[in-house]
Amino acid sequence: MKQIVLMGNPNIGKSVVFSRLTGAEVITSNYPGTTVDFSRGKASIRGEQCELFDAPGTYSLQPTNRAEEVAAEVLRWADLVINVIDATNLERNLFLTLELMEKDKPMILVLNMWDEAKRSGIEIDQKALEERIGLPVVATTALTGEGIRELVDRLAEARSPPQVRPLSEEEKWVEIGRISKAVQKVTHRHPCLADRLSEATIRPLTGTPIALMVILATFYLVRLVGEGLISYLFEPLFELYRPLAYAISDELGPGVLRDLLIGKIINGDIDYVQSMGLLTTGIYVPLGMVLPYIVGFYLALSLLEDSGYLPRLATLSDNLFHRLGMHGTAIIPLFLGLGCNVPGALSARVLETRKQRFISLTLLGLAVPCTAKSAMIFGVLGSYGQKYVLLVFAVLAIVYIVAGLVLNRMVKGECPEIFLEIPPYRRPNASMILKKTWMRIRWFLAEAIPFLFLGVLLVNVLYSVGFMAWVERIFSPFMQWWLGIPGEAVAALLVGFFRKDLAVGMLLPLCLTAGQMVVATTLLSLYFPCIATFALLVKELGLYDTLKSSAIMVATALLVGGAMRWSLIG
Amino acid sequence: MQSPITSLKVGSVAQIAALQGHGSSFQRKLRTMGIREGKSLKVVAAYPLAGPIVIDIDGRQITLGRGIARRILVEAGD
Repeated sequence: MKQIVLMGNPNIGKSVVFSRLTGAEVITSNYPGTTVDFSRGKASIRGEQCELFDAPGTYSLQPTNRAEEVAAEVLRWADLVINVIDATNLERNLFLTLELMEKDKPMILVLNMWDEAKRSGIEIDQKALEERIGLPVVATTALTGEGIRELVDRLAEARSPPQVRPLSEEEKWVEIGRISKAVQKVTHRHPCLADRLSEATIRPLTGTPIALMVILATFYLVRLVGEGLISYLFEPLFELYRPLAYAISDELGPGVLRDLLIGKIINGDIDYVQSMGLLTTGIYVPLGMVLPYIVGFYLALSLLEDSGYLPRLATLSDNLFHRLGMHGTAIIPLFLGLGCNVPGALSARVLETRKQRFISLTLLGLAVPCTAKSAMIFGVLGSYGQKYVLLVFAVLAIVYIVAGLVLNRMVKGECPEIFLEIPPYRRPNASMILKKTWMRIRWFLAEAIPFLFLGVLLVNVLYSVGFMAWVERIFSPFMQWWLGIPGEAVAALLVGFFRKDLAVGMLLPLCLTAGQMVVATTLLSLYFPCIATFALLVKELGLYDTLKSSAIMVATALLVGGAMRWSLIG
Repeated sequence: MQSPITSLKVGSVAQIAALQGHGSSFQRKLRTMGIREGKSLKVVAAYPLAGPIVIDIDGRQITLGRGIARRILVEAGD
């Protein structure tokens, strides 16, 4: 099958072109580095089945980070290259074009963001450009789909670039200067509202208060959507489901099967959180407790991503992250990680060095609570009072910073500085945001439900064979002595390996004091991310560094847990 | 006289005269992001405590760490 690769600079809409061509669903946003791995899709181009690859964006073929390495790798598989160019920034994009032309593969040029170029007073003579570089050129606005038809129609015209001797870097820039002078006309325009907004949000004095407001508004939106969905949709639905669950329970009668499917009957009632059956807790925790906040979080995140605000936030927080051995771009793994640590960990590829990625991933697993973790914290401590919830989040934030400061000193390696392009503000597109949120919700369900079922199953099996009782007995003295919490909490920690949210149902019945519960929840958040994140860490860092990272997490959890015990429980 | 962009005031405009040091891959990265000799740039923001500098070139903003910014020299006196 013919293999077509999309190549281009970061944040110019390659992924949008890709999903237009293949119909495949990929995450697109308005910041450089959204695509850190390649995506693969199929398309039928004039009756011929082709395989399309969407490569991560790169400024040149000499990679400077992991994502760019992937791009250089994917290029090697190409039978045909679609070089996507940002029409608003022709000059700079042409460098990669000239590099690609030296690879001697059939190529076609796509001038994307054509509408934005026109709006900002940039005119590019397509015909002249075609003649000048000897390759077909198509103008598109992938966001609306304009020009995509023409691209498909003209793909057959793609041809190998005319033979020229390879140019040195300096010669390339001279050539680029000539080309853009010949084909491009720029009419100067006055700064508009978006420009002024851009400056206000990126200057420290005005930008910092705006950032605080944006973050507060984000949390508010997540809670508004999450709590709204719970009280108006999911709670009523689960109440409707309750009679059915009872009916199943009665039908099964006492026995192993009922214990497994429905779980414990508590005070003559099914308790969705504590019963621990596959059909009760197994579906209530992911759907009734976590999913509503997932919806809220990803809606809010999409707004931040698509507007182009995240790179501004990266700039504002660069000073802090620099002291933690990373730089402002590290805010992206952090933000994505607040939804789910798995995509968060993947996005750490935008960081340049191994040291930075190690710190970013370790802090992510340690102190960045994903939505399921946050739901667990709220679920366990909500009834004790908001201040305890806040306390746990404050401890996590402090751990993030202190561990970062320490790791920066201890981990060897370089810490390059921030070097980040700030995209213009763009109005988020409602249907894109809904599509993206829906995609991420499906990923969450596909990721969460199997592990939850596995977790529920495991809890039941481990209890029935007496393993839990044995572990509780073994660890009880240590837990009592060092952390001030009963040995039974060990079972919750064990389950936390699979899913943190499931641990709520195991902590609640222990009737702990507020202080003990805060210690248990903090410990549960810190000591290990979850098995899915762990698997990805192994892939990104290798087994050795992942074990090192895990050791740091466990040590920190015990240290912080012990310290909190003395201050909270005494 | 050439001076690094770190010595420019926020809001001032200057023309890039030279890129300094750190091998060809570093300079290539600067150039591919639009930072090249002869281009004029505007300093949009400079963060305190040796924080990053934000410049505007061709209507695009770029955030640079202080150490990177120090290696971009402009014609003084503009």
